[in-house]
Amino acid sequence: MLSLHHEARTPVHAVPAGLKLLVLFVVGTGSFFVRSIPVLGGALVAVAGCYALARIPWRMAVRQWLVVLPFVAVIFVVQGLLVDWGSAVLVAERIVVLVALAALVTLTTRTAAMVAAVERLLGPLRRLGVRPERVGLVVAMTIRFVPVLKEQADQVRAAQRARGVEYSARFLTPLLVKTLRLADGLGEALEARGVDEDDSRL
Amino acid sequence: MALFAAIMVVLGLFPLIELPLVPAPVTAQTLGVMLAGSIVGARRGSLAILVFVVMVAVGLPVLPGGRGGLGVILGPTGGFILAYPVGALVVGLLTERLWRRYNLGWALLCNAVGGALVIYLIGIPYMAVAAGLPLDKAVLGSVVFLPGDLVKTVIGSLAAVAVRKSYPMIEVPRDRA
Repeated sequence: MLSLHHEARTPVHAVPAGLKLLVLFVVGTGSFFVRSIPVLGGALVAVAGCYALARIPWRMAVRQWLVVLPFVAVIFVVQGLLVDWGSAVLVAERIVVLVALAALVTLTTRTAAMVAAVERLLGPLRRLGVRPERVGLVVAMTIRFVPVLKEQADQVRAAQRARGVEYSARFLTPLLVKTLRLADGLGEALEARGVDEDDSRL
Repeated sequence: MALFAAIMVVLGLFPLIELPLVPAPVTAQTLGVMLAGSIVGARRGSLAILVFVVMVAVGLPVLPGGRGGLGVILGPTGGFILAYPVGALVVGLLTERLWRRYNLGWALLCNAVGGALVIYLIGIPYMAVAAGLPLDKAVLGSVVFLPGDLVKTVIGSLAAVAVRKSYPMIEVPRDRA
């Protein structure tokens, strides 16, 4: 599994992850209070400038946006017909600015740096018993588990096929039970390696 | 009982392996939300799904179609994703409460409330605000999710009841009758 990160050495990439998230948060909140087409249009141009500065290849950028573009189109039309075309432009601009900027943060920040920033953000949750430093470990384990689960699913399917069941609604149950067993084993393995029960709770 | 982290990991995954054939907005991922809550309970289930949301936020392509990143969360449908852990929490709380007499009927109820209703309650207003739509129009736009959610509730409930029989994970508090 690949990260969506695009590696390059540009000023945009060099901005610390925490600061990027802060900018995103400020712009995100601010954009809801700005009701001016030229201002949001200016923001749009600024974001486009950042893309150019970060030297993001066209295709990657488009791939990130494709997800929301149909939405924006629908919302634009609905808004235009229901309210008026001025606010339709406004809303479309706002969504595009937000999504494009957020996608830019994702494209220019390493997953590891992002995880570190999230760990810092989750710091206050420590009081609730959350261990932010576990987030990285758990994310890494989760990524590792994708192919394992795929394999388990294939096994269940193969076993059912061997018994003459081509497609069964009872596919999920054995898969879940197998996975829970696996998780039991993994928990024991973690414990054996000194990650005590309390630690493994995240 | 040392499997907390592991369970979270594995259940955090369920969302991304389920039925990848459905088109993007109608995702099978709420099935993962229901399963997490109804199989490992409120606390572990919601943490598992929270890890999944963190993965989306940090830019791993774990949503259907290899999507991910902050753009999705800040987009008009981001509220649905942010609602996932809350949904799992609600499913888990309801399931734990009903654990002794848990059957298919109760399972359907728990999963419909937590896995669908809660997610609508958070996702739809978020969409209305993010897209500047009147609330009733946002509700109307979300009707397309209903048939899929019904199917997922039934599948998730059948699986939850079956797993409870063969591999129960939720412990009943001993003191409470």
